[in-house]
Amino acid sequence: MHNNYPSVRTYFLVFGALLLLLIATVGAHFVALGPFQPVVSLGIALLKALLIILFFMHVKASSGLVKLFAAAGFLWLLIFFLLTFGDFATRYWVPTLNQ
Amino acid sequence: MSEMASEPLGREERTPVSSSPRRPKNYLNTSYTARSWLLTTDHKRIGILYMIAITFFFAVGGIAATTMRLELLTPYGDLVGAETYNKLFTIHGIIMVWFFLIPSIPTTLGNFLIPLMIGAEDLAFPRLNLASWYVFMVGGFVTMAAVIFGGVDTGWTFYTPYSSVYSNTAVALVIVGIVISGFSSIFTGINFIVTIHKMRAPGMTWFRMPLFVWSHYATSLILVLATPVLALVLVLVGIERVFGVGIFDPSLGGDPLLFQHLFWFYSHPAVYIMILPGMGVTSEIVAAFARRRVFGYTFVAFASLAIAILGFLVWGHHMFVSGQSIYAGMVFSVLSFLVAIPSAVKVFNWTATMYKGDIHFDTPMLYALGFIGLFTVGGLTGLFVASLSFDVHVHDSYFVVAHFHYIMVGSTVLAYLGGIHYWWPKISGRLYSAWWGRFSAILIFAGFNLTFFPQFIVGYLGMPRRYYAYAPEFQVYNVLSSAGASILALGYVLPLVYLLYSLQNGRLAPDNPWEATGLEWQTSSPPPTENFLEPPIVTHDAYERPSATISSSTGGQP
Amino acid sequence: MTQTTTQPATPAWPTEDEKLAREREVNALGMWVFLASEIMLFGGLFLVYFVYRFRYPAAFAEGSSELNMWLGALNTAVLLTSSLTMALAVHQARGSSRKTAVLFMLLTMALGLLFLAIKGYEYWQDYQEGLVPGLNFTYSGAEQQAVALFLVLYFVMTALHALHLSIGIVMVGVAIVWGQIRPFAHDPAEPVEMIGLYWHFIDIVWVFLFPVLYLLR
Repeated sequence: MHNNYPSVRTYFLVFGALLLLLIATVGAHFVALGPFQPVVSLGIALLKALLIILFFMHVKASSGLVKLFAAAGFLWLLIFFLLTFGDFATRYWVPTLNQ
Repeated sequence: MSEMASEPLGREERTPVSSSPRRPKNYLNTSYTARSWLLTTDHKRIGILYMIAITFFFAVGGIAATTMRLELLTPYGDLVGAETYNKLFTIHGIIMVWFFLIPSIPTTLGNFLIPLMIGAEDLAFPRLNLASWYVFMVGGFVTMAAVIFGGVDTGWTFYTPYSSVYSNTAVALVIVGIVISGFSSIFTGINFIVTIHKMRAPGMTWFRMPLFVWSHYATSLILVLATPVLALVLVLVGIERVFGVGIFDPSLGGDPLLFQHLFWFYSHPAVYIMILPGMGVTSEIVAAFARRRVFGYTFVAFASLAIAILGFLVWGHHMFVSGQSIYAGMVFSVLSFLVAIPSAVKVFNWTATMYKGDIHFDTPMLYALGFIGLFTVGGLTGLFVASLSFDVHVHDSYFVVAHFHYIMVGSTVLAYLGGIHYWWPKISGRLYSAWWGRFSAILIFAGFNLTFFPQFIVGYLGMPRRYYAYAPEFQVYNVLSSAGASILALGYVLPLVYLLYSLQNGRLAPDNPWEATGLEWQTSSPPPTENFLEPPIVTHDAYERPSATISSSTGGQP
Repeated sequence: MTQTTTQPATPAWPTEDEKLAREREVNALGMWVFLASEIMLFGGLFLVYFVYRFRYPAAFAEGSSELNMWLGALNTAVLLTSSLTMALAVHQARGSSRKTAVLFMLLTMALGLLFLAIKGYEYWQDYQEGLVPGLNFTYSGAEQQAVALFLVLYFVMTALHALHLSIGIVMVGVAIVWGQIRPFAHDPAEPVEMIGLYWHFIDIVWVFLFPVLYLLR
């Protein structure tokens, strides 16, 4: 199972990519991106997390079962966010009822 | 195969009492020292440790409930006042939910049986299993300490800002206790998931597993994915309370509804933590006492997973009248109705299993039948309260109290007791009095319905929950309810008496007293420490009963 | 998983090799199930943050600009580096050069402590500037309450992260000591790899905390 773990070279390449992404996200901070600013910084964070999960945490080389449970937490979090924001985003949609 | 004894128990010549020379080494008689129990990593012994612990907590929660029912005998606050009453229902809820119902079946029967049922020598992480018991006990005693140091009056739901700002009771301490016990839930969940995935015996494929194991797998998913959110939200309440900073307090810009979202994201699935293992127990009992395979095995198995997953999508139905968005309320209402589908699949399939079966009305079967009946009532009234408009009428009334007691007490406790009675010969190696078993099963069923059915009516008529006093016109229902509670209390004490009595005086149990299928019945009663003396192999489907063809070796004597 | 479908002709207990292989799978799966649980723990906290950010966007931007972004970026770099050294430690432990593995683990611990030191300095700065609700809060802008809410969440999130990191540092230390006591345990690299998974998870939490707290303005 551990024979197809990444090589030292891969680890350093991933580390380099992570540092580049860090520089990119700090750099983007100083560019006026307007509404895209959160999208960019969260997108970069997601990319970084994905690199760490796939290579440092060996998920790319792991069994489907491990992949499933690695995904399950994020999937459940998505449910949590979607349904909660279903409330907060629509809570004031009916102003006529209150007036 | 021996019939369960229906004659009064007594010492018999051919079955000597306690540690007979005929009884080989098993997990119980391997060592009698306290150390061998307190430091054990044997899943069977840890199951017993849990059983003792939750029996204690059940008694504490039960005493609180009894006092409440006594107070409600009259419309006035003549036994306890408002403050004491608030503390009583809070401690009743907290103890019963977190220290009895949630751990009840998984940590006792689940711990004991899952490795036996899948042919494993133990759980995947035996030491983690023992740790979970200690963590549970620490959490339990911290909570009990909070009860002694003044109690808590927030209700088990800890709604903010009352819990985080205004309540002058030991809220912080009880929160610590519950958060600690949450770790034990997570440990148990991890252990079960990994065990079921990785420790199955050769030939034990997913669709050969007993439905008990399926339902515990679904339960474990909820334990692992929901419990951390409870821990988080309670810690946030604690921080708001201790440091006086705003998180949920509306006067400091917070949103109390956010607390409710986080709380019910755990606490609604928690109901399925309580009911799913009960469904697993019922599937086993129905199959064993109808002497038939479970009808639609695959559907029942997937219904467990469906309930676990759908259970995460419905929490907002606790917030219909709390100021949540009406659109979110509609979505949550529809999603709540969906849970009825897998639940009904199970009820129909149990019924179909019994159809034309060779039904034996032994004690466990009475409990299982009681479970099906009470679960149906509880589940159908769940559809009532899932309807937005009806819920506006009965919200925070005794109708809701009756509904969730039918599920949490009626169903889960009956399943727990049914499971205890079904596997008692395996756990203890002894047979209990069948007459007393049947008697107390019927007593509990009758007492339960007398206690809680009047609450549907009085709730519908408008009696609100969580009050120590009520309008005099509701008294007749409350008297009925209190009368039922006293019958129920007797019904709960009886099994404790005759089961403990059977430990010393019961006849020795054969390996498979119920003619049941499943690996756990093929090893000796009680099982050896290593569960199976010869490696088990599974070549047949669950509940298949071709006359003695399951080729697994028997662990015990022939 | 494949051994479950095959049916040996004669019943047999698993061999030592099979047990070892199973133990690895069991540990990895157990760790990942635990991490799924951790994702929900931190995820719930992120949900609280985003709900309030949705309600008070201006105040949260204001609160964020009170924080020292450069210290946050520096800490990100420190933690990413610690993840590299942890990954290398696992690699060396698996590759049977235990001495190098211990070296990398010590380095990982040092980087973890450096992170905590920087974080502590930042907390101290925040305290000096009166940005700690409940202890020393002197901020007096238009949306004082909502800014306080942001700062409370900032402290809760970073403190929970720091708590996890501290546990991680202790665990790495325990693994080093354990490796010295029982260097010939049947699979000495196993604990290193499991702690590695935990360590990388803590890193990922910070990877999200950094933009959410310091960059979203």
